[in-house]
Amino acid sequence: MKIVAVTSCPTGIAHTYMAAEALEQAAKDAGHEIHVETQGAAGAEAVADADIAAADAVVFAADVEVRNRERFAGKPLVQTSVKRAINDPTGLIAEAEAAVKAAPVAATATPTAGGGDAGRPVAPTRTGGGGGGGGGGAAAFGTQLRGWLMTGVSYMIPFVAAGGILIALGFLLGGGAVKPKVYGGTFEGVTYQAITDYTQVVQKAGWAGLLFLIGATAFSMLVPVLAGFIAFAMADRLGLVPGIVGGLLANAIGAGFLGGLIAGLLAGAIVLLINRVKVPKGMRGVMPVVVIPLLSTLVVGILMLVVLGQPIAAVSRGLTSWLNGLSGSNAVLLGVLLGLMMGFDMGGPVNKVAYAFGLAGLASGNLKVMAAVMAAGMTPPLGLALATVVRKGLFTPAEREAGEAAWLLGASFITEGALPFAAADPLRVIPSSMLGSAVAGGLVMGFGNNSRAPHGGVLVIGLISKPILYVLAIVIGTLVTAASVIILKMAGRKEAKEVEPAASRQATATG
Amino acid sequence: MADLITPELVDLNLTATERGDATRSLAERLQASGRVTDLEQFLADVRAREAQMPTGIEGGIGIPHCRSVAVVEPTLGFGRSTQGIDWGAADGPAHLIFLIAAPEGGGSEHMAILAKLARKLIHASFRDSLLQAQDPEAVVTIVKKEVLGQ
Repeated sequence: MKIVAVTSCPTGIAHTYMAAEALEQAAKDAGHEIHVETQGAAGAEAVADADIAAADAVVFAADVEVRNRERFAGKPLVQTSVKRAINDPTGLIAEAEAAVKAAPVAATATPTAGGGDAGRPVAPTRTGGGGGGGGGGAAAFGTQLRGWLMTGVSYMIPFVAAGGILIALGFLLGGGAVKPKVYGGTFEGVTYQAITDYTQVVQKAGWAGLLFLIGATAFSMLVPVLAGFIAFAMADRLGLVPGIVGGLLANAIGAGFLGGLIAGLLAGAIVLLINRVKVPKGMRGVMPVVVIPLLSTLVVGILMLVVLGQPIAAVSRGLTSWLNGLSGSNAVLLGVLLGLMMGFDMGGPVNKVAYAFGLAGLASGNLKVMAAVMAAGMTPPLGLALATVVRKGLFTPAEREAGEAAWLLGASFITEGALPFAAADPLRVIPSSMLGSAVAGGLVMGFGNNSRAPHGGVLVIGLISKPILYVLAIVIGTLVTAASVIILKMAGRKEAKEVEPAASRQATATG
Repeated sequence: MADLITPELVDLNLTATERGDATRSLAERLQASGRVTDLEQFLADVRAREAQMPTGIEGGIGIPHCRSVAVVEPTLGFGRSTQGIDWGAADGPAHLIFLIAAPEGGGSEHMAILAKLARKLIHASFRDSLLQAQDPEAVVTIVKKEVLGQ
């Protein structure tokens, strides 16, 4: 008999593997073939689709939800706790035998039954492979990529929360003037000098300025931490240096979090590549201390500055002149476009161009553009926060925590509150964020709200005209983002269900 | 990476009679060797895991464990109790206590070692050799041989 099993437990470091070992022993003793997928902390090595297709029975020994369980659909299933598998693996295997006998014949008649078992190759779904073979390999790579991104995101979230809340408190206590007081600029017709000696921040900008400065400093680490820990997830400690430096450079060239994602993945990949090079024994000691950090950081740095930096600068210039050319055209259309840009990369180059356009409008007396830009920058975190409340199951625990902070951040026009979500699942979150921001931006231009403040969100609502309509535009934009992210995430799940059986058919057909 | 286990992390005469006390006395060894930075945080994380479901398994084994920000290196603390300590298993008290400390967000290399360790715990021969070990050095030798193949 052929069995496939999944083991998983809350912490993922002990019982998952004990159960796997116990099941493997018991199955062997009973003369069965078994493949166990350990969904634990060491990274799940997925059971090959071909093994699932050929299996007579499925065993889940899990105290937490089995990931991608739809792969096992249609097979006789025994489901139990992880401890049962450790304490009584033999009994569990006997139960699986009984389940096969009880099941209707059709369930075991998989397409492979007709092909003859001799020489049937097992599809390689080993994660971490280079090129990635068939559909199974691509799916495994997707899971792994998401794991790397989530690691980066989970380390970034505390920075988002701490920095964002401090910045919001700064605005709450000091009003919209707090940012120019610290970093220089004009607010309400008054021009402030930037503070050069930060030890003087309390005297020059007050306690509000101090809070703002601390928060802004935490925010300056968002992209470096994201990039550093994506690389860390891929290449362990050696990934940190090139990842963090790559992230700092992404900041320096204004590449935003998308630049950070690229920097982190590049850094991890380069370290892994260098690690593959065989070096003489005498060199091995200095590889992790000197050679790998030096080489990987140099390569990531050059790629970021030379290959990525100039195109980004060119895109920024192009977008700016394009926006300036649009100034006279339809106001609602301009609001929609600004919204799309604000929602795209949350602090990245495109978002910055739109924000700078709003600031320029403020300086030249066109207060509507600023109002539209601010509303569009508030809806992404708010919409995602709402989505985590409405459909908890679609988000990881880390994302749900980020959602709690995102309410305050969104309300304060700190778009970075949406970053953890966008970095973890860019293909679904960014379109949702853009859509909601576009709606909010268009509505604000349509309503004709003015904003005299460049910052602060609802905390500076007193400086915004027709505040009720303004809040309405934000609420509608928030609902649009929440609804679309929920729809996209749910559609993604369904698609996975449809793709998997097809992939397994393909894998077996090649045999 | 530091050794998974050293003689200082082994206590062959655990005197504690209660789960929490036994865990604490082993955890103090981890702290003394610099593997755990914040003892209370670490113990709270272990308790949180234990509260989800006791980690005792049949055959006289208790496996308190957690992933914690207070952990520096993947580490195994080992204790042996003659009288036995109730660890929530149906067949009686635990005589072999494995305190497994994993760093929060530890790399896959770290986790792979702990996974190998966990797999070994199932084997009666591994347990028996630990029950019969004469001194902490012997325990370290057994673990290194069985888990790390050294």
